[in-house]
Amino acid sequence: MTMHSPLADSGKMLDLVVVGAGPAGMAAAARAAGAGLSVTVLDEGRAPGGQIWRGVSDAPAARAELLGPDYVAGGKVAAAFSQSGATYLREASVWSLFRAPGHFEVSVSVAGGSRVLLARHVLLATGAMERPFPIPGWTLPGVMTAGAAQIAMKSSGLVPAGRTALVGCGPLLYLLGMQLVNAGAPPVAMIDTSASGAMVRALRHLPGFLASPLLPKGLSLMVRLRRRVPIWRAGPELRIQGDSQAAAVSWHGGQVAVDHVLLHQGVVPSLNLTIAAGCQIHWDARQRCFVPRLDDRGQSSVRGLYIAGDGGGIAGASAAGFAGQLAAEGILQDLGLGDARRLAAAQRCLKVARRGRAFLDVAFAPQHVLPPDDETIVCRCEAISAADVRAAARLGVPGPNQLKAFLRCGMGPCQGRQCGLIVTELLAAEQRRSAGDVGYLRTRFPVKPLRLAELAGLPADRAAHVAVTGHPPKEGPQR
Amino acid sequence: MFKHLPEAEVETLHLVFDGAEITARRGASLAEALLAAGIARFREGPDGAPRGPYCLMGACFECLVTVDGRDNRQACMIEVRDGMRVSSAKRPQA
Amino acid sequence: MFDTAVIGGGLVGASVALGLARAGEKVLVLDGADLSPRASRANFALVWVQGKGLGAPDYALWSLRSAGAWPDFALRLQRDAGLDLSLSQRGGFSFALDEAELAALEREMKQIDRETNGRAAPWELLDGAEVRRRVPDVGRGVVGAVFSPADGHVNALRLLHALHRAINHWHVTYEASRPVTRIEPLASGFRLHGEWGTKAVPRIVIAAGTGSDRLAAQVGIDVPLKRSRGQVVVTEKCAPFFPYVSATLRQTDEGSVLIGDSDETDTDSIETRPDIASVMSARAMQVFPRLADLNVLRSWTGFRVKTRDGLPIYQQSADHPGAFAVLCHSGVTLAALHADVVARQIHEGALSGELAPFSTGRFDVQAPA
Repeated sequence: MTMHSPLADSGKMLDLVVVGAGPAGMAAAARAAGAGLSVTVLDEGRAPGGQIWRGVSDAPAARAELLGPDYVAGGKVAAAFSQSGATYLREASVWSLFRAPGHFEVSVSVAGGSRVLLARHVLLATGAMERPFPIPGWTLPGVMTAGAAQIAMKSSGLVPAGRTALVGCGPLLYLLGMQLVNAGAPPVAMIDTSASGAMVRALRHLPGFLASPLLPKGLSLMVRLRRRVPIWRAGPELRIQGDSQAAAVSWHGGQVAVDHVLLHQGVVPSLNLTIAAGCQIHWDARQRCFVPRLDDRGQSSVRGLYIAGDGGGIAGASAAGFAGQLAAEGILQDLGLGDARRLAAAQRCLKVARRGRAFLDVAFAPQHVLPPDDETIVCRCEAISAADVRAAARLGVPGPNQLKAFLRCGMGPCQGRQCGLIVTELLAAEQRRSAGDVGYLRTRFPVKPLRLAELAGLPADRAAHVAVTGHPPKEGPQR
Repeated sequence: MFKHLPEAEVETLHLVFDGAEITARRGASLAEALLAAGIARFREGPDGAPRGPYCLMGACFECLVTVDGRDNRQACMIEVRDGMRVSSAKRPQA
Repeated sequence: MFDTAVIGGGLVGASVALGLARAGEKVLVLDGADLSPRASRANFALVWVQGKGLGAPDYALWSLRSAGAWPDFALRLQRDAGLDLSLSQRGGFSFALDEAELAALEREMKQIDRETNGRAAPWELLDGAEVRRRVPDVGRGVVGAVFSPADGHVNALRLLHALHRAINHWHVTYEASRPVTRIEPLASGFRLHGEWGTKAVPRIVIAAGTGSDRLAAQVGIDVPLKRSRGQVVVTEKCAPFFPYVSATLRQTDEGSVLIGDSDETDTDSIETRPDIASVMSARAMQVFPRLADLNVLRSWTGFRVKTRDGLPIYQQSADHPGAFAVLCHSGVTLAALHADVVARQIHEGALSGELAPFSTGRFDVQAPA
């Protein structure tokens, strides 16, 4: 692996650019580089690992141990990736992905300067993000996501001090609870929001779950957690209370005083770059989110653009690794370097790794996708309440993009990452349509912010100047 | 307030947040450093309500602060540097 | 049951529908889908007069008239909708980055003065020093500007929202996701067809933006359109620094800065091009150097509703007098007249002589033999 200077090699056509260095990105890059392709990995992180294995390469041994064996295993994947021939650019933020005839132009910002990489293929391995959790008080300081707590631990060995409540459902939350217990910072309460009866409904997916590696891990985790942390069933009227900071979590029939609240009701694919790149998406009813349309090798609806890992549909780290390998096999096949046996093997491994997912999706289906009242904030960036969204829904807006024009939901810096799914669900509920029919925000470049000066520094040809000014660029130093 | 796991000490850096000196450990993101220093409120939201970090992975844009004179930097995406001057963000006056 | 169906729920369609409803009609608006191309969501929000109507003095005066009608239009719309439009008409600049640009601007403004016999909007030619005296943040790269006190801007997205609230207030029936694919003239009226079904109405107004040409053709109205794509870059919000407006740079009432624009005729794609965004950004920084450190949050494109000569079309079908076509690329500036003058004439059943310059008959004029 080579550390790449931002100023070198402009104009060279790469075989593959990988966006993201989590399990999927690393697996794909390693396979592709190993097969002789020129591969550059663009990663927002400071070191390979994505979110799930964040900081794994320099985590102190004690920290790694309390994070668990899956985290430790990630260190080996990161090490193998570092030995591969892939070029790795750290703290690199991809903000645009433009499809030109026969290749892609990837605009990436590194150290405050942007450059454009050219590649025949692109793999998006941008992973997942926390599903929004719109309950009253969710915007108060002191309220964070379960994922944020894990990042603090993995990145800096930090744990919340004082009284921490975990609110929500799903394996990630239970894992976090155990990690905090192991770290000597046990939560004062876990407020479980999974639906009563969900377990029973999930049972029809049980055979898959039983055959998956998830079962033994999950069961022992739950048993150990219950011994150490009081677990409450969340009743109706779940809310976070506090003036300028979270002070309590309450629900009908219960209340817990807190210093921190960690929310989690599953993760959903990160889609901003995917949609801006022109990939088609569709609603996955069981996962209750939008996912990109992919073929059986992971290629999206945009030829040459592949997606692997949770960004293609939530399936966990193990599946992500196989999906990354599969995408690499697909790309090699496109380039005439394919190995049908390895491709079929990757497909089989991916299928096995996905077993048990249906059970989890149903057992831990999110219960707080809709804000319960009118005051709850839907769009955090612009502080837009559920009342305004419901009123616009009643005007008959055709979808989230018209709603965005009316109310500004999705126009803030997060570009819909926090409010997008809430808006879709609200429109679907108010207008009695399916979420798939309602659709999702259409995100545009730049998908990550960059300074105007940085954008102004990109190269532009004569045609671009004419399109803007009506005449070709002047000679001289002004640009 | 966030606290450190008992781990080997790393280098201590000094920053200023809203005029007050705080310490941080090398390698931490600015958001993590502020949380470790007991700071939960990073800015004023669009409605004037206090906001703080939410996702710590660059997706929520809640952790916006002014760093060395430049506004609206995501604290979770910046590594701490010795001597950084940070201030909480007020909302732009309309 | 309905008196008129308006095909298209954008700024033009909703303005006309509002005017018809206020005149007492029962109105149906059939609007497209969420991701249909909508100039109403992709415009620069200008209430703009200067420089318009070069070679077309009626258009210069029509625009000026609408700008003058805007304050009353806004007041009434704000009451109906309960939303503040943030109309600001303090005047607008066209900044020149070199002497050639400035000279060209001056020539055009003088030509418009001659063609309108001095009735066009007032304007001044300013040198760089005067520009910087009036707007201290303007950079040294600006050598001069044309300024007109008649120009302004509005929150155009809130305008669209307000129009939709107002038509709701006036009991207009609004149905989205109802794209009309075929218009079938009947003995008295029209049957509108789409994948969603059909609807029979006595009269129709085609206000479907770039989708108007194929619909208008079905009732014998020729709408020649040309492709014109524009791209805009949007920054994060910042403290107010520019109380005026310019055609390619404005600060919204929310605080964000809009930077435009391009005129691309070679593409049907909505994909934003980083190189065009780059050129626009560089120019914007020459005008206001302080913009350099602002974060760009997004960029979008829009297809202007550009007729062959750039002027609006207000046309009643000769074969089917119950059918009208209303379209333009200045749906914000002209909203005031659309909701008032144009809607009233449609309501009364015929377009008056003052709209004759905008009839499609002008496209039939042949070059002299």
